[in-house]
Amino acid sequence: MDKPVIELIEVNKQYNGEQALSDISLRVADGEFLSLLGPSGCGKTTLLRLIGGFESCTSGTLLLDGMPVEGIPPEKRAVNTVFQNYALFPHMSVFDNVAFGLRMARKAQDEINGLVAQALKRVQLTGRERRRPSELSGGQQQRVAIARAIVNQPRVLLLDEPLSALDHRLRKQMQRELKRLQRTLNISFILVTHDQDEAFAMSDRVVVMQGGHIEQIGTPMEIYEEPVNLYVADFVGDINVLDGVIEQQSGPQTFAAMVEGAQVSLRSKRNVTPGQRVHVLLRPEDFRLELEQDVAKSRDLFASFHQAKLKGTVQRLYYQGATYDVEVTLEDGKTVQVTEFFDEDSEDLSFKPGDKVILGWYEGWEVVLPYEK
Amino acid sequence: MSRRLKWIYAGLVYAFLYLPLVVVAIFSFNDSKYSLAWHGFTLRWYEKLWHNSSLMSAALNSLLIAGCAATLATLMGTVAAFIMHQYRFPGRKLLFGSLFVMMMSPDIVIAISLLLLFLALHLPLGFPTLLVAHAVLCVPFVATTVYSRFHGFQRDILDAAKDLGADEYQVFRFIVIPLALPAVVGGWLLSFTLSLDDVIISFFTTGPDFEVLPLRIYSMVRLGIKPDVNALCVVMMGITIVALVLSRTLLKEKE
Amino acid sequence: MKNSSRFRQLLIGSTYTWMVVLALIPYLILFIASFLLPGDDQLVQSGLSFSNYQHLISPAVFSMARSSILLAGVAALLCLLVGYPFAYILAQSSAKVQPLMLLLVMIPFWTNSLIRTYALVMMLKANGVINQVLMALGLIEMPLQLMYTQTAVFIGLVYTLLPFMILPLYAALKAVDPRLVEAGRDLGANWLNTFFRITVPLTTPGIIAGCMLVFLPALGMFYVADVLGGARSMLLGNYIRDQFLIYRNIPMGAAASVTMTVAMGLMLLLYFFASKRLNREAMQ
Repeated sequence: MDKPVIELIEVNKQYNGEQALSDISLRVADGEFLSLLGPSGCGKTTLLRLIGGFESCTSGTLLLDGMPVEGIPPEKRAVNTVFQNYALFPHMSVFDNVAFGLRMARKAQDEINGLVAQALKRVQLTGRERRRPSELSGGQQQRVAIARAIVNQPRVLLLDEPLSALDHRLRKQMQRELKRLQRTLNISFILVTHDQDEAFAMSDRVVVMQGGHIEQIGTPMEIYEEPVNLYVADFVGDINVLDGVIEQQSGPQTFAAMVEGAQVSLRSKRNVTPGQRVHVLLRPEDFRLELEQDVAKSRDLFASFHQAKLKGTVQRLYYQGATYDVEVTLEDGKTVQVTEFFDEDSEDLSFKPGDKVILGWYEGWEVVLPYEK
Repeated sequence: MSRRLKWIYAGLVYAFLYLPLVVVAIFSFNDSKYSLAWHGFTLRWYEKLWHNSSLMSAALNSLLIAGCAATLATLMGTVAAFIMHQYRFPGRKLLFGSLFVMMMSPDIVIAISLLLLFLALHLPLGFPTLLVAHAVLCVPFVATTVYSRFHGFQRDILDAAKDLGADEYQVFRFIVIPLALPAVVGGWLLSFTLSLDDVIISFFTTGPDFEVLPLRIYSMVRLGIKPDVNALCVVMMGITIVALVLSRTLLKEKE
Repeated sequence: MKNSSRFRQLLIGSTYTWMVVLALIPYLILFIASFLLPGDDQLVQSGLSFSNYQHLISPAVFSMARSSILLAGVAALLCLLVGYPFAYILAQSSAKVQPLMLLLVMIPFWTNSLIRTYALVMMLKANGVINQVLMALGLIEMPLQLMYTQTAVFIGLVYTLLPFMILPLYAALKAVDPRLVEAGRDLGANWLNTFFRITVPLTTPGIIAGCMLVFLPALGMFYVADVLGGARSMLLGNYIRDQFLIYRNIPMGAAASVTMTVAMGLMLLLYFFASKRLNREAMQ
């Protein structure tokens, strides 16, 4: 990342003595799609408003194209925002809404006409110029808000939960359109969202935030597969947390450990030492599950569980459409969720409540973290 | 409460509120000077009113002061509502509180405190002092009306305008004013009727050179009633109703 | 940037100036004047004293004040008793008729109260509508003396101020979440219980606001007492006016006004705490 379009260096923000953002350092590359992901109150919207110029930071530096922008009001920043509830001007037509920024910049009428038409075409709203925002559907209002922002050719487009008011199907569609728009315009998008799927579907990189801190920055895959702590792991999808103790190093990046009362073999790039307490994180789809009696019968099957053989009892099954979730209670009482695909050859589910099962996982899919609680 | 009982009760309250007004209206068209009995329809009291120059000039003064005070109050009230909604500045909550206190203050206290101010400044009582006093009375009403309108639209809209390059004056000019216009006009009309409605503040803050209608009626009522006063009351009620209906319609448009 | 902040300063500055010059300073002058003494050639004498306030509780003035407060208080109570059920009916009425019903309350609210007082005279005077109707019905032989009585002043206050009670009550009742009332009924409370245990407590701030809007003006509406009550001045407002216009005793009038302001302050505090408590409870 040689030329970041936005750079934040140790930015802090306090509201009435409360720390809303602490020590935020972040670089956004030109043309990058970045998501700020976190629950409400994690500071993601504050961060966005800071970049937009609606808030000023208590300490730290904010650079836009390498220039500090402290004290520069929103109307002077080459950054535009798509607001959460669109914030369309209700007393203006679609055309006037989109033309607003150009008029403020005192562009010539001819130029305005051309640019507005182009922007409306981009969001597929040609022909609706004369409508009032109140006469449009939610999705169309959303498009007007986007057109109104991009028509000014900002360096960065900020999007504050832009899709939260749309229904599921429309949201999926707008996600794809936004992504395509970002590629065509080739400008940076910064999206604030609390929806992990949305962040993953669109972003080049995701910033996971909590309590005003950045917990992790990475590609969606990194975040999902290599979360740096329990919080991130838990926030980006369902996860099972097993507890254990490292017993000894058995090879490069391989460790023997006692997890939930069973002898297992763990892989980790982290430096863990014998005697250390750890969490072993496994997503429901990372588990392998077989009936105890089947494993006992087949030598190959038995061998394939060489890393871990946790014993448990099936409690309940949850139908999920393409998959089903199995709730399993381990011998020491811990409950875990396992996602299984339907067996194509058989109409019946492979498991039923009360079944004794053996639980293992695919090699290297586990994430080992230092003990936190 | 049964439905019928409700309607009877509501009807009785309306009768209490309206019967005297209706009686005045009927008398203003009755062709008899003193009798209560109906002597036939006439417009002569209205004609007489038209030629009663002192009454007419007092009425015109009232309308003049109402128009001017409403305009001044609308200007100040809109500005107050705007800054309370848009800016965070020291004393903002205090401003809120003072406007609320002003709204709740009994007229006589406002009247007397302003009278003392005018006396202290050695200002002769007349049109200017009455204008200011009525504007003071109306500002809180305009401010709250317009403020609630601002509250009705999202704060984001103003941020959006700034985001698109509008400075604070342009935000005010292109977004705030057009959006708040119905409430601003509504506030003006409310101020207008409020000023016409006032007796006590006018009583203390105007001088002998500038007589307004309520004071004129006040002295007439104490001296004895003439039917042209009925006609005048009906005209005044008419003006109030028109202003009120207009302002209600305007304020309602936001839905 | 420069333009923006200058525009902002202009707006905030002008509002501040307005409020300071035309609200704060007048109240301060009123307050200070109430501690001064009347002068012979000048309007006031220098030197601070509490004698005005002492005079306010002297027997002659005090009995006037007491009867004025009693009159205003009973007027407020009666307005509340009449106005609450009416506001309730109004708030419950269908969306079709409600705007019209509300407008019909607002017209008297905004009509000049002197005109309305005058209209009442037409009803109450010796050859007025009430006496004529009663005589025509044969219920009385001689006209009743309705005008120039305390009752007339009382009727006048209730008549003029009733809309000032109804409107805040209506606003408060409209704000009550209908689901709460439904929940009350659902949990087995009858209409009366729901009304007194749910609706009334939730509208306390509205009740206080309404009482304030009736009680305080009722103390001050000297013209109602003048027109309907005759020569005897009965209200605090008459007293204040007389101090200014007849006795030229500005400090005394100021002291009486300050007393009214203090009464308003207390009622405002009551209102403030009631609505704050309600808000806090609503949060939980």
